[in-house]
Amino acid sequence: MKKVIAQIYLWILMILLYAPLVFIAIFSFTESKVLGSWSGFSTQLYENLFTGRMQESASLISAVENTLLIALVSAAVSMALGTVAAIGIFNLTGRKRRALSFLNNIPMINPDVITGVSLFLLFVFLHFSQGYLSVILSHISFGTPYVVLSVLPKLQQMNPNIYEAALDLGATPGQALRKVLVPLLRPGMISGFILAFTMSLDDFAVTFFTRGTIGLETLSTFIYADARKGGLTPELRPLMTLIFLIILVLLLFINLRQAKMQKANE
Amino acid sequence: MAGDHIIDLRHVSKRFGDKAVLEDINLYIRKGEFVTLLGPSGCGKTTTLRLIAGFLAPEEGEILLDGKDISGIPPHKRPFNTVFQRYALFPHLDVYDNIAFGLKLQKVPTDEIDRRVRKVLKMVSMTDYEERDVDSLSGGQQQRVAIARALVNQPRILLLDEPLAALDLKMRKDMQIELKEMHRELGITFIYVTHDQEEALTLSDTIVVMDEGKIQQIGTPTDIYNEPVNSFVADFIGESNILNATMIRDRRVAFIGHEFDCVDEGFGENNPVDVVVRPEDIYFTRDEARAQFRATVRSCVFKGVHYEMYVDTDTGFELMIQNYDAYPVGSEVLLYIDPDDIQVMRKERTCNTFEGEMVDETHVKLLGGSFECLPQPGLTAGDAVTVQVDFDKVDLLDHQEEGVLAGEVHFLLYKGDHYHLTILTEDGDHIWVDTDDIWDKGDLVGVDIAPADLKICKRNEA
Amino acid sequence: MKRSHWSIPYAVFLGIFVVLPLLLILLYALQDGQGHFTLQNITRFFSDADALGTFAVSLEIAIENTLLCILLGYPAAWILANRELNRSAVTIVLFILPMWINALMRTLATAELFNIFGIPLGKGTLLFGMVYDYLPFMIYPIYNVLVKMDKSYPEAAQDLGATPWKVFWKVTVPLSLPGVSSGVLMVFMPTVSTFAISEFLTNNKIKLFGTIIQENINASMWNYGAALALFMLIIIGISTLFTRDGKEAEGALI
Repeated sequence: MKKVIAQIYLWILMILLYAPLVFIAIFSFTESKVLGSWSGFSTQLYENLFTGRMQESASLISAVENTLLIALVSAAVSMALGTVAAIGIFNLTGRKRRALSFLNNIPMINPDVITGVSLFLLFVFLHFSQGYLSVILSHISFGTPYVVLSVLPKLQQMNPNIYEAALDLGATPGQALRKVLVPLLRPGMISGFILAFTMSLDDFAVTFFTRGTIGLETLSTFIYADARKGGLTPELRPLMTLIFLIILVLLLFINLRQAKMQKANE
Repeated sequence: MAGDHIIDLRHVSKRFGDKAVLEDINLYIRKGEFVTLLGPSGCGKTTTLRLIAGFLAPEEGEILLDGKDISGIPPHKRPFNTVFQRYALFPHLDVYDNIAFGLKLQKVPTDEIDRRVRKVLKMVSMTDYEERDVDSLSGGQQQRVAIARALVNQPRILLLDEPLAALDLKMRKDMQIELKEMHRELGITFIYVTHDQEEALTLSDTIVVMDEGKIQQIGTPTDIYNEPVNSFVADFIGESNILNATMIRDRRVAFIGHEFDCVDEGFGENNPVDVVVRPEDIYFTRDEARAQFRATVRSCVFKGVHYEMYVDTDTGFELMIQNYDAYPVGSEVLLYIDPDDIQVMRKERTCNTFEGEMVDETHVKLLGGSFECLPQPGLTAGDAVTVQVDFDKVDLLDHQEEGVLAGEVHFLLYKGDHYHLTILTEDGDHIWVDTDDIWDKGDLVGVDIAPADLKICKRNEA
Repeated sequence: MKRSHWSIPYAVFLGIFVVLPLLLILLYALQDGQGHFTLQNITRFFSDADALGTFAVSLEIAIENTLLCILLGYPAAWILANRELNRSAVTIVLFILPMWINALMRTLATAELFNIFGIPLGKGTLLFGMVYDYLPFMIYPIYNVLVKMDKSYPEAAQDLGATPWKVFWKVTVPLSLPGVSSGVLMVFMPTVSTFAISEFLTNNKIKLFGTIIQENINASMWNYGAALALFMLIIIGISTLFTRDGKEAEGALI
C-alpha cells in the first residue's frame, strides 16, 4: 500500500515535470507554425534545422554554432585552469586555503544576474570591447569553480605519497605531473569539463550582459529574442527535442555505468 | 668521519609552522646496516625518513651521503628508493609498468627492463603477475610490488615507511622474515620506520628510539630491551614494571619498600632513580630464605605461552609478572628478582621547574596562566622567577575550563602504586603529574596548583 | 617550485573576474553618471515605489516557491532514497535530468502549454512555472543526503523504541537538514534574481527584481542598476548565512 502511494506520487511529479518537454517533442513532428495546432505528421522541421533552408533556421544554426564554440573553448580553458588551481589549493593550508575556497564558491552561489551585471561593469570599467572574448572569459569565470570542485576530491582520494613515489623513482616534477598526476586526475577533469560545458550551454543571463552590441547570439539569447517577438521559431521544437534526447542518453549512460562500477566495487 | 658511514645527520632540526618536529638530531648509519627508527606516532620518525629521501628539507643541520652534503639534491636524483606506508602504487598502471616506471624514465633498453623486472618479481615471489591491475591485488601482494618497484632501481639505500602497518598479523610476520632475508641477500642499507616495537626488535641491526622529535636511545635490539636509558624507552619496548627507587649506594637500590642488590654503579648515594624490572624477570620461589618479598596474586590470565599475573606486594605496590606456571588468585606467593635483571635509570627530573614572572605580590604567571601564590615579600611585579612544583602537588580537574590551564593527557606511566602523567598544555608546554586517579591518554583536563605548593625563588638575570 | 604556488594563476583570475567585478558594483552604486561620489542611487531606491514593490514581490515569490519546492520535493527525495520503495537508478536520473536542460527552453515550453489550455498567465502560472523549473534543484541535494545517511541511525532509534513516525521526525528529518538547506540555497537565490522567466510566465504582468536590474542596465542607467544589484547582493549575503554552500551538491552529479 505504502509502495503504491509512493509510486503514484512519483509518477504525478514526473508527468508534471515532463509534460512541457513531451509536448514540444510531439509538436516537433508537424509543420504548423503555431505551437499546439497539429497539421499532420511531418519531419519537415528536422530537415529545415539540418539544412538551414529557412532564413530563421539559418540564424538558429549560427546561434547553435556560437553556443557550442563558446562552451567548448571556455570549458577547455576552465579545465586547464581549474586543474592547476585544484592542485595548488590542495597543497595550501590554513587561511590561504580557506580564502581561496571561499572565492571559488562565489561564482557558484552568485545568481546569474549579479555575475552578469558585475562582469558587464568590469568590461565597461576596463574599456574592454565586448564580444566573443568577453563572453568566453565570463563563462570561464563561472565554469572553473566546477572543475576545481570535481578535481579536488580526486586529489583527496589519491594516495598522498603517489607524487612523491614518482619523484622517488627518478621522475622530474614535470614527468611526475604528466605520467602520474594527470592520468589519475583525468576522471575529475572530465567531470569538471562536462559541468563547465553544460553550465555554459545553459547560460543566458551572463551572456546577455557581456556579449556587447556586435549582434552575437547564442541559443539562449536567440530564444529570448524570439520569444519577445512573440511565437517561437518552429525549428526550435526539433532542436529542443534533440538536445533533450542527447542529454537523457548521456546522463543515463554516465549514471548507469557509475552504478554498475559501484556494484562491482562492493 | 668513519669511512663506513653511508648517511650522517648532523644537528638536523625541522619545524612545521611553529611546531618543532625534530630537534637537533644526530645520527649516522653504516653501509649495509638495517636501521629502524622506532617511536609512537608524531615522534618525528617519518619526518626523519622524508628528510633523507629529500621530500622535506631541514631548517638546520646537514644530511651527508658518503660524507657529502646532499641538501641541494632533489629526491629524483638521490640514489635511494622508498617503500611507502600505503604502497602508493600507480593505480593507472599494471604491475609490470609500476615496476618498470623508474627504469623507463632512465631510458634503460627494453630488454634490460624486461630482465630486471622479471628478476625482482621473482625475488618478491610475484612471477606471472606482470599484467595484473594493481587494484586487484591483495594488501600483501601490493606490498610486494611496492618493494619490487623500489628495488628494481638498485638503490644504495632502501627507505621503508611503516611498510607492514596495513597488513594483518600473520602476513606481517611472514613479510618480516622475507624482508630480513632480502636485506641479507642484497647487502644494501635499509632504513625502516615503524611504531611496532616487536617488529623493530625482530628486524634491526640498530634501533633508534625516538620521542617528541628527539632521539631517546640508539642501540642493538638487546641493548634497547635490556638496558633502556629512561622510563620512556623502557615502557615503549616490551612490557615492564617501572618504579620509583632510591639508589642507596653502588650496587644497592630500594624500591617497593624493600632493598635489592643490583649491578649498577655511579648513581651516587641516596639519589632518586627509576628502575625497570621486566615481568618475566620476577621469579616465584618456595624457599623462604631466597624470597625477597611477599605478594598476593590479584589476577591471572592465560596469554598463550605464559600466564600474566598482577600481584599486590606486602608493601602495597602492584607488579606485573609473566610465568609459565599459574598461581591461583588470592594465594600468597614468595618472590625474588636477580640483581642482573634490575635496570637502574637516571631520572630526567624530580619535580616540575617552570620559568615565571610575578604579576603582583600574590600572583605568578607561568605557562601562560596566572596562578595564585602565597604572599612573596621581597618580590615585585615583573620579577623573573623560577617556580618548582612537586609532581603530586598538581591538581587535575575533569573539565578544562575549571583549571587555570587547559591540557591533555599526553603520556602515562604506571609506577606500581600511582600514575606518572605527562600533560601537554594548550601552549605546548609539559607538566608532569603524579596521581592516584585513573586517566586515559587523550583525556582533556584542567590544571590547577594550590598557592602553598608553588615554590618560588627569584631568578638571577645573568 | 612549491605546488601550492600553482594556485596563483587562479587566484589572480578570481581577483580580476570575481572580486573586482563585485567591488565595481559597489563603486558604481556609489557614483553618479559623472563618476562623483553620491548616495543618490541608494536613496532613490527607497523612494522608488515601483522598485520597492518589485523587491517585495520578488521576495514573496521566492519564499513561496522555496516552500512549495520543499513541500513537494522532500517526499519525492525520501521515496527515491528509500530502497524499499524505489530500487531503480533510472528514476533519480529522470528527476534530476531537467536540471541539465536550458531553463529558458523549459520555461517557454511551460508557458506555451498554459497558452494552449487557455490558462491566463499571472501569479499562479508564475509560481507553477517556478516550481517546475526549480523542483529538481530541491530534490537532488535532499536525495543525496538521505541516500548517504548511515542506515544505523534510524535502526538505533527504532531499537530504542521510536515508532516509524517518530524515527522520521526525530532522526531522519534533522539529519537531512543540510540537504534541505543546500536545496533552499539552490532554489531561493535563482528565484529572487531571475529575469526573463517571469516575463514569459506572466506575459510581463509581474516583474521580478532581476528584470528591473536588467532594464536599468539596458537603459544605460548603470549606476542605479548597480545599486539595485547591491541590494540583491545583500539579500544573498544574508541568506547564505542561514544556509550552507549548496551548489557543491551539483558537482556530485557526475
